[in-house]
Amino acid sequence: MIAYLVRRVLYAVPILIGVNLLTFALFFVVNTPDEVARLHLGDKYTTPEQVQAWKAERGYDRPLLYAAGAAGLERFTGTIFYAKSVRLFAFDFGNSDSGRNIGRDIRQRMWPSLAIAVPSLLLGLLLNTTLALLLAFFRGSYLDTGGVVLCVGLMSISSLFYIIGGQYLVGKLLQLVPVSGYDTGADALKFLVLPVLIGVVAGIGSGTRWYRTLFLEEISRDYVRTARAKGLSEQRVLLRHVLRNALIPILTGVVVLLPLLFLGSLITESFFGIPGLGSYTLDAIQRQDFAIVRAMVFLGTVLYIIGLLLTDLSYTLADPRVRLN
Amino acid sequence: MFRARLTGSWCLPGLSLALGLLAAGCEGPWNNPHPAGAEAEDVLYASFGERPKYLDPARSYSSTAYAFIAQIYEPPLTYHFLKRPFELQPLTAARVPQARPLDAAGRPLPPERPAGEAAYTEYEIELRPGIRYQPHPALARGADGGFRYHALGAADLAGIDALADFPHTGSRELVARDYVYQIKRLADPRRHCPIAGIMAEYIVGFKEFRERIKQRGDAPVELRAMALEGVQALSRYRYRIRLRGSYPQFPYWLAMPFFAPLPWEADAFYEQPGMAERNLTLQWYPLGTGPYMLTENNPNLRMVLERNPNFRGETYPEEGEPGDRAAGWLDDAGRAVPFLDRAVYSLEKESIPRWSKFLQGYYDLSGIGSDNFDQAVEYGGGGELGLTEEMAAQGITLRTAVDLTVYYMGFNMLDPVIGGDSERSRLLRRAISIAVDYEEYIAIFANDRGVPAHGPLPPQIFGARAGERAGANERVYRWRGGRAERRGVAEARALLARAGYERGIDQRTGKPLVLYFDAVGAGPDAKAELNWLRKQFAKLGVQLVVRATDYNRFRDKMQKGTAQIFEWGWHADYPDPENFLFLLYGPNGQVRHYGPNSANYANPEYDALFARMKNIPNGPARQRVIDRMLELLRRDAPWAWGYHPVRYTLAHGWVRNRKPNTLSYNTLKYLRIDAAARARAVAAWNRPTVWPLWAAAGLLALLVAPAVAGFLRRERARAR
Repeated sequence: MIAYLVRRVLYAVPILIGVNLLTFALFFVVNTPDEVARLHLGDKYTTPEQVQAWKAERGYDRPLLYAAGAAGLERFTGTIFYAKSVRLFAFDFGNSDSGRNIGRDIRQRMWPSLAIAVPSLLLGLLLNTTLALLLAFFRGSYLDTGGVVLCVGLMSISSLFYIIGGQYLVGKLLQLVPVSGYDTGADALKFLVLPVLIGVVAGIGSGTRWYRTLFLEEISRDYVRTARAKGLSEQRVLLRHVLRNALIPILTGVVVLLPLLFLGSLITESFFGIPGLGSYTLDAIQRQDFAIVRAMVFLGTVLYIIGLLLTDLSYTLADPRVRLN
Repeated sequence: MFRARLTGSWCLPGLSLALGLLAAGCEGPWNNPHPAGAEAEDVLYASFGERPKYLDPARSYSSTAYAFIAQIYEPPLTYHFLKRPFELQPLTAARVPQARPLDAAGRPLPPERPAGEAAYTEYEIELRPGIRYQPHPALARGADGGFRYHALGAADLAGIDALADFPHTGSRELVARDYVYQIKRLADPRRHCPIAGIMAEYIVGFKEFRERIKQRGDAPVELRAMALEGVQALSRYRYRIRLRGSYPQFPYWLAMPFFAPLPWEADAFYEQPGMAERNLTLQWYPLGTGPYMLTENNPNLRMVLERNPNFRGETYPEEGEPGDRAAGWLDDAGRAVPFLDRAVYSLEKESIPRWSKFLQGYYDLSGIGSDNFDQAVEYGGGGELGLTEEMAAQGITLRTAVDLTVYYMGFNMLDPVIGGDSERSRLLRRAISIAVDYEEYIAIFANDRGVPAHGPLPPQIFGARAGERAGANERVYRWRGGRAERRGVAEARALLARAGYERGIDQRTGKPLVLYFDAVGAGPDAKAELNWLRKQFAKLGVQLVVRATDYNRFRDKMQKGTAQIFEWGWHADYPDPENFLFLLYGPNGQVRHYGPNSANYANPEYDALFARMKNIPNGPARQRVIDRMLELLRRDAPWAWGYHPVRYTLAHGWVRNRKPNTLSYNTLKYLRIDAAARARAVAAWNRPTVWPLWAAAGLLALLVAPAVAGFLRRERARAR
């Protein structure tokens, strides 16, 4: 298994270089360093000299990908791409274009993202599994049909609608929790209720329907029939056998998400005014802060790779027949 | 066990219980985003939509940042809170400095010679003694008199994450050297001061000072040790600024945060190794003498201004303009300011939650977004503007003010078709100026929040002659019944025919006239506007091709002069006609001189008049020059004169002293809150409604009960 893990980690290196190159190319196809400088320096009275000085200070005065005038390795190392990318691999994200330390900002802002994402994931998992088991139990009945129709209906609604509708209903009409906002420590609790509730409700449709399909697939297998033939109650069949064997695909979906929970949700954080990493990324894109965009894409890729690795590992735990080699 | 899980009916009562427990932990309304009871304190609650980019006064140049730093940093001058037109008055200075024109040898110019002939102009600024800085660790001194935190090592910084983590603070008196130091910072190229270019043209030695710093490369620079020729501290409380030539508008710059003082200790403190890595920088933690200090700066969540305990004391103005007393603006005359202990600004990026919280009383102030306009404002039978019944019932007040801004459609004067000085192109531009109906634009796209422009000057700027026939652009409007009416499309078509484009066909080539509009953005809102614009040109039979692009590309095109027709705007730095008329001054052309004249208009007569006008004080002589300049502009039509936006702001009835001010940002100190009234209103408006939760729980139980029964039946059933 260790050899497998080492191999997967080594595979990650070219992936990271490729993603970084793609981010770099996409960013600088849209914006030249001059344009980024002008955006940061403002509209009024900005002179070419100031644009040049800003670029020089941040290393944006070099060639983008290839320094034709340089000699030897300098042709590659004397470029913006090299200068901005190489430190990422040591997880040194450097400073944003407005001068703030990105690593410190990430460490500070991942907690609000986690405060929403973790309870939403756990509660959603619990609720969706319960509802899916219920539908599987009543498979073929009106309850099952009605449940599936409801799930499709819930899936068809935009997440933005859930957010705006939830804020209107719970925050404005019923006045049970603040419409938006965030605070630190225990004071954060009252601000988390609504986004977590919305996150859970918005995921019921797709989660329940998917898990129901997985359970039904398992229910039709021979070992379930055998369990029933042994005289086990339906409750025991569902919980002890069906649920356990359906765990692999559920784990695939959940474990791959775990590292990405750090990155937060762009829309939820924006609407609820939560200072997490989702809004951090969105702000950076809007402000054309390449340093942050590059760091967040890099971090997202690393976390995704870690998620896939964890998924593979979780297979071995959920199903002893699986061997990583 | 399983049964309980299956029913699921615990969800809503559970939620209700959880909410109840949460609510039990906080007194008052459940949906209160502020700490319990905070609404009964002298605290302003407001929101901001975009985080300020820079808080360093040498760098900051945006309204989002000025909303904060104007309460912290104090330049020597400011504008009177109540008087209109805007009037400069001393802030930390003892008096408004007078210009002292000098000849080339540095001798005072004889009074009979016009100020415009001065080789140099000096301003001597005298400060009031006894002004002190806010408490700050940069100024903290130990028992030996040395600075506590100016030689920090890695060990000293362990556990330091915010400024509040430094246990000691200090203060000292404001002195003239601090203003001199800040002007040197403006010149320091590493600070990227946005007005360094314009100051280099005027302040003696500014350019050379920049060059000297540049030559030092990456070597550390001690600004205090370097002399800036044109800026000198004459004594503890006096300093002098010497300008090249004459620049009568310069005192207005002295009312902007660029010219606020900064103690050298701030840079010495923040520029130590390890501080930037902890995000402890002047960009993040200001240090000033103003009525407030920034005690919490988390612009991703909240920014908190607290009363500066060292503030020197200032009183509410005792005089204003006619009508101010009747309007209640002078009710607090002579009282000590600031009135508020704190101002809490929360980040709200989306308009829907921001508006909801304003209506719940959790924000004291609000703008009006286009989504909420109809809910907030309505027009009466006589066309008068007012609040809707819903808003009035909540005691909300509306204030409107024309912004010192102009949004215009510009024609690139370097373009071979639309530009140039020929009669043909002039007539074409004038025809377009008539055809593009800005009254309609304002009604459709700005919810009537705008005033059609008759020239570059907003109505409240000297020289605009707003509401007078002499101030109307009679090339585009007719004066009828005491008001300006846009000329008809028939007149525009006639002008077009005279230009040689009858019915939109170029008479010389026989081909249809196609013009190009360079637009920024192409979203749904922009699309509607662009379609509208196409229709305006279609009235003349002219085909308008829209070239949509992002703002960066647009800027690039403008710089290269490849755009043909475009829209842009300008917000005043100061309330002088020069700050608008210079947008069409030839030597400010964007393509050739990298200046703000985006239309690249150049008219020698206009340029000569501009040079004269800027040196004449407001009065009949200056008005005559401005009238002629405006006539030239209206004849040549380098812009279609767009509109001036009108700012609408709402406040709850408990907010006092909110006189609209479109220029000054340091007005927080005058705001007063009737906190008791707010607490009563917030309690009355925010009573939680719990019964729907119980009703929903009951409904769910009813739905789930058959499922439970079915489950039990199956569990007990025998195998078949």
